[in-house]
Amino acid sequence: MKKNNSLLLSTPYILWMLVFTLIPLGVVAYYALTDPNTGVFTFSNITQLQLYLPVLGQSIWYSLISALICLVLGYPVAYFIAHQKPVAQKILYMLVMLPMCMSFLLRTLAWVGLLQDTGIINNLLSAIGLPRLQLIRTPAAVILGMVYNYLPYMILPLYAVIVKIDKRLIEAAEDLGCTPVKVFTKVVLPLSVPGILSGVTMVFVPAVSTFYISQKLGGIDTVLIGDAIERLFKQANNPNLGAALSLVLMALVFICTGIMNRFGSDEEGGVIV
Amino acid sequence: MSKELIRLQDLVMEFDGEQILDGINLTINDHEFLTLLGPSGCGKTTTLRIIGGFLNPTSGDVFFDGKRINDVPPYDRQINTVFQRYALFPHLDVYDNIAFGLKVAKLPKAQIHERVQEMLAVVGLKGYENRRTDSLSGGQQQRVAIARALVNRPKVLLLDEPLAALDLRLRKDMQNELKRIQQAMGITFVYVTHDQEEALSMSDTVIVMDKGRIQQIGKPEDIYNEPQNAFVADFIGESNILDGVMLADYKVKFFGRTFKCLDAGFAPNEPVDVVIRPEDIDFVPPEEGHLTGTVTSVTFKGLNYDIIVDFKGFKWLIQTTDHQAVGSTVGIRLNPEDIHIMHKSEYSGMFGDYSSYSAEYDELTEDADDEEE
Repeated sequence: MKKNNSLLLSTPYILWMLVFTLIPLGVVAYYALTDPNTGVFTFSNITQLQLYLPVLGQSIWYSLISALICLVLGYPVAYFIAHQKPVAQKILYMLVMLPMCMSFLLRTLAWVGLLQDTGIINNLLSAIGLPRLQLIRTPAAVILGMVYNYLPYMILPLYAVIVKIDKRLIEAAEDLGCTPVKVFTKVVLPLSVPGILSGVTMVFVPAVSTFYISQKLGGIDTVLIGDAIERLFKQANNPNLGAALSLVLMALVFICTGIMNRFGSDEEGGVIV
Repeated sequence: MSKELIRLQDLVMEFDGEQILDGINLTINDHEFLTLLGPSGCGKTTTLRIIGGFLNPTSGDVFFDGKRINDVPPYDRQINTVFQRYALFPHLDVYDNIAFGLKVAKLPKAQIHERVQEMLAVVGLKGYENRRTDSLSGGQQQRVAIARALVNRPKVLLLDEPLAALDLRLRKDMQNELKRIQQAMGITFVYVTHDQEEALSMSDTVIVMDKGRIQQIGKPEDIYNEPQNAFVADFIGESNILDGVMLADYKVKFFGRTFKCLDAGFAPNEPVDVVIRPEDIDFVPPEEGHLTGTVTSVTFKGLNYDIIVDFKGFKWLIQTTDHQAVGSTVGIRLNPEDIHIMHKSEYSGMFGDYSSYSAEYDELTEDADDEEE
């Protein structure tokens, strides 16, 4: 009885997923594995992708750097929030979430306004007699955009894990001779590992497939895999190659999360999103 | 006994304007098994945490080996703690939990191995080295927690209700085990519990606390036989506590009758609390009794019967192996050694009346005591 009910209740979503996720995925796979002109089964789209290896490498590289910066910036914040009084925790949590309430596009455009050649920062610099700087269309600007947009995704899972660390474990470590630094390295940090893995995944996955940030904040040499896919569909009019690239990207994301999960379950019953 | 190891002097502790400790003075000797005993919120855990260095007293001093250690952080004290509900590190296995303190102290690997193996043998967990701590039973986790603390060979081991989460049988076993370990290793134990039986059976010295104050310090026998006030008399075992007047040395009057007793040194005609332990009372035929009363309830307890007897409106608890029928009239005789006299205190009149006694009530209060602070 119960089983039937839950099946019935989940039917709408299962249908939804079938129609709008699984079938389109099949279509992507079909395009990826067929010739653009003849429609015959072929691997040539996949083999052509080696042209895009540098772009792929760049995407992974930028995303990893962003995830790392997010971790370094986010961990102290998460730690700080987790050690406040409950009311303060709620307020700070809301503040971290606040940027997420604003449109992603708007947030990125705001950085354009700040960084562009005639933007706020450069105007300020020239007003006080300093030379203008090349801020926009640089790799740094792309990474900045990624960090800015995805930082909350790092802080929230870290906070969720750190706040649950039993205070008595910290006392036990002190009792057994740990200075505050050692308490952190021997107890707090190892127990934060599930949060770190979760946060890195949550930043890395959207960052590696983004295209808007690099288009707005990047230059010619900061093309990311998301941009390449968009171009293949919209400008190059080569949906087959675009589909192949999408498929490879998806496989890559799967492999990455898989590796993360493997790490996580070894450690502490990992709760990875 | 031996020399003084820890001294607490005029400890006062306040949290948010609430007084938790109100002038604690006590001395802990080397090699002693000392128990802080009291109900929830009496300040026993707070006292322990001050000794461990996890709390700083609002005022007062802590001395260790004659040196003031108020400002010494926990990691620099020669003291280790067995925490309530163990606080084992979930990311480490049994071996690494026990080795934790030694690794922090950077001992050579071979020595760590030797000492961990030695501790595993002491607590009977050989072969469990690589088990995850969450795969162990409560009793086993308990042993890991004890081993993790003792492996550092501290001068003092603090134990915060270490057996509270275990079932009765296991608790009894662990009590014996702890006493054995303490004697074998010659370490000072400071033990916190709300369980009076545990305190009496394990300790060299018991400190009874309530409302942030020490009510009595003494050997278990003395605490039981010569309680200093109505709180101690009631908290340690069962007691009938009556109002009396000390007419002269060795002479006390209560229930309109004068009894001989063994106590002296009270002011003439001083009002006192009279304690009569339920197991000290013997039934006699009504005509031979000092007092006669009516049996109102009888509960079989296995070892004995709990019998409530109404003496002119005041109900006593009497524990005896002789069955008495409900409603029958009984007499009792009181020998001088059955009568204990205490000065009046703030607790007078609050305890020792069994008018509302019932077996269930007793169990309920025990459960409620399980959570401390």
